[in-house]
Amino acid sequence: MPTNENGQQPLLEVRDLHVSVGDQEILHGVDLTVNAGEVHAIMGPNGSGKSTLANCLVGKPEYTVTKGQAFYLGESLLGLEPEERARRGVFLAFQYPVELPGVRTWQFLKAAVDALRQQRGEEEMSARDFDRLLRERAKIVQMDQELLRRSVNEGFSGGEKKRNEILQMAVLDPKLALLDETDSGLDIDALRIVADGINKLRRPDNAMVLVTHYQRLLNYITPDHVHVLLDGRIVRSGGPELALELEEKGYEWIREAVDAAT
Amino acid sequence: MTQVLEKYSGYLAQYEELEASWEANRLPWLAQLRGHAWSRFADLGMPTARRGNEKWKYTNVGPIANGSFGHPLGLDPNDYIAPDLIAQAAPWQEEWINLVFLDGRFSSSLSTVSLSNGVYAGGVYAGGLGGIPAEHANVFRQHLGQHALAEEDGFTALNTAFLHDGLFVHVPEGAPAPALLNLVFATTDRHQPRVTYPRVLVVAGPGTQLTLSESYVSLTQEPGFTNAVTEIVLEENSQVRHCRLLLENQQAFHVGTSRVYLAQNSSFNSTSFAKGAALGRSDLHCLLDGPGASCTLNGLYLTTGTQHMDNFINIEHAKPHGTSRLLYKGILDGHSRAVFGGTVLVRKDAQHTNAHQTDKNLLLSEDAEIDSKPSLFIYADDVICGHGATAGHIDAETLFYMRSRGLDLATASRILVQAFAGEIIEKVEPEPLRDYLEKLYSGAVSAPGISLGGTP
Repeated sequence: MPTNENGQQPLLEVRDLHVSVGDQEILHGVDLTVNAGEVHAIMGPNGSGKSTLANCLVGKPEYTVTKGQAFYLGESLLGLEPEERARRGVFLAFQYPVELPGVRTWQFLKAAVDALRQQRGEEEMSARDFDRLLRERAKIVQMDQELLRRSVNEGFSGGEKKRNEILQMAVLDPKLALLDETDSGLDIDALRIVADGINKLRRPDNAMVLVTHYQRLLNYITPDHVHVLLDGRIVRSGGPELALELEEKGYEWIREAVDAAT
Repeated sequence: MTQVLEKYSGYLAQYEELEASWEANRLPWLAQLRGHAWSRFADLGMPTARRGNEKWKYTNVGPIANGSFGHPLGLDPNDYIAPDLIAQAAPWQEEWINLVFLDGRFSSSLSTVSLSNGVYAGGVYAGGLGGIPAEHANVFRQHLGQHALAEEDGFTALNTAFLHDGLFVHVPEGAPAPALLNLVFATTDRHQPRVTYPRVLVVAGPGTQLTLSESYVSLTQEPGFTNAVTEIVLEENSQVRHCRLLLENQQAFHVGTSRVYLAQNSSFNSTSFAKGAALGRSDLHCLLDGPGASCTLNGLYLTTGTQHMDNFINIEHAKPHGTSRLLYKGILDGHSRAVFGGTVLVRKDAQHTNAHQTDKNLLLSEDAEIDSKPSLFIYADDVICGHGATAGHIDAETLFYMRSRGLDLATASRILVQAFAGEIIEKVEPEPLRDYLEKLYSGAVSAPGISLGGTP
């Protein structure tokens, strides 16, 4: 079992991960260690493989791992079905949340919460308790109660959909949350609400990986580690200052620096 | 004609037997209507030739035409059947006016007791064809067989040729809306295989309101053939809500023909549910024959195994300012097949018509098949009309989204199928009927016969 320097088991340990879609390899050997209590940002230009990494870790069927490993709390993730990963506490906030016509948010999240509870050997939550939980968590992202009675994401604005992702995260309370471009398409007010929500959910016993193209989300959420993903490889890792440097100098700067070094 | 009769000699013998009975000759004008219908059937037969026959292009009624079904006249509809059996097989509320037919015969002992012989508060008549009170008899004679024409269609001709029992509903002008009229047509195992000819005529008088449910159910697993005809007349400013439930067993053949006539500013709202029958055909035609008439037609069909379900829905706008909305949805599993056909016809005089028809299908299996062919024929120039049809499997992206929240494939699929059906079910009123349908469909999509593997 892998452990970190403090002797604790990391939440996520990715080793030399190669991932293909169809015959095309997108990730060419990614290494990443995420410990409890940490927030990581993975930055990179479009097409660098950021979303592939996030989606592969939650088991999206069309992504094939050709080499490498991913452990979650010491257990190999890659053989698990998407729902098995979710039930163990892995969550993805989607870049493009899906609309579920006719499925009410209340009903959907109740079923999800019960699936997670079942995994832990607990009984289904009573409708009343769930109602209370949902209402309380909705406040974290300032979600209108009216939206909870509607079909999931149907007719929602882009900002409402992203807020709904964070609401789902708040309700399901994952140990490891991957947030795929959660800041994209948000105006400044919505960005602040979403970022506030994420900050409220940070705890010493969970971790988050923010996948983002831009630095602007990081004005609100200070990451512990920043990684730059370029052409399917993590080419540089550092602290929050790396994000600022990237914002200032652009991805071409990193690309040139990497090319010069090799 | 001789050839046709040779093929249908079984029906001829049954027809002659009926003609010889006293019951068939109670009303001379009805005997005449029947005689005419028989001669039409002798000409038309059943629509077994499908070449060039658009109405029957995708449905082969050969199994019905080649089948042999008894038509015993002697069955007593008041033979004892536990009322609970009916109430379990069909929607049922004590406060409704429940009208039960057993093996095609009106059973007064299982039906709600009225003030006197089918008369309800406010002078509403809802009862069998024998003993219709004088003040309703003219309306009965005026409309029976005038909307569902034996001329045009072999099945309607056959039903009319055997017309001797049935249900007549008349809400005269000024009468209050009666309680929901719950019509249950049940087949038993007393004589199988058997053909029944349910026949309903409903007349909603000017300005009246009426809610009606028709259920076709089996209290047996034996095969049989139901050939049903319903005529509904909406006079000026009347409103009718209608629900039709096809819940027969998986051996049954069912051909249901409904003809709806809408006068000025009347409004017809119908929901059709088709779940049971080996081979089912639901043929609904609405004629909007007065200015400002409107109809809303919703439908839901669920097929599994080797079932074949055909919905043939036609809306005819004959006068201006009419509105029609059609939304039918299908859920298909196994090797089943469904057909959605039908037209919206806008005649030259029907200016300012607003019509829309949509058919959506969810295929749960690679082997299920849908033929969906909605079409428009527009002869007026100032109209708003649209139509569309979709068919697809459960979306893989959607399933992945749900699974990423911890729901397994079967649960996610079931939630999606229920949501798909829910769009139709939630339109049903009143609430007890909606609740019944919700339970029926949530049970049906959880049943082991339904493959909810989806396409991961």
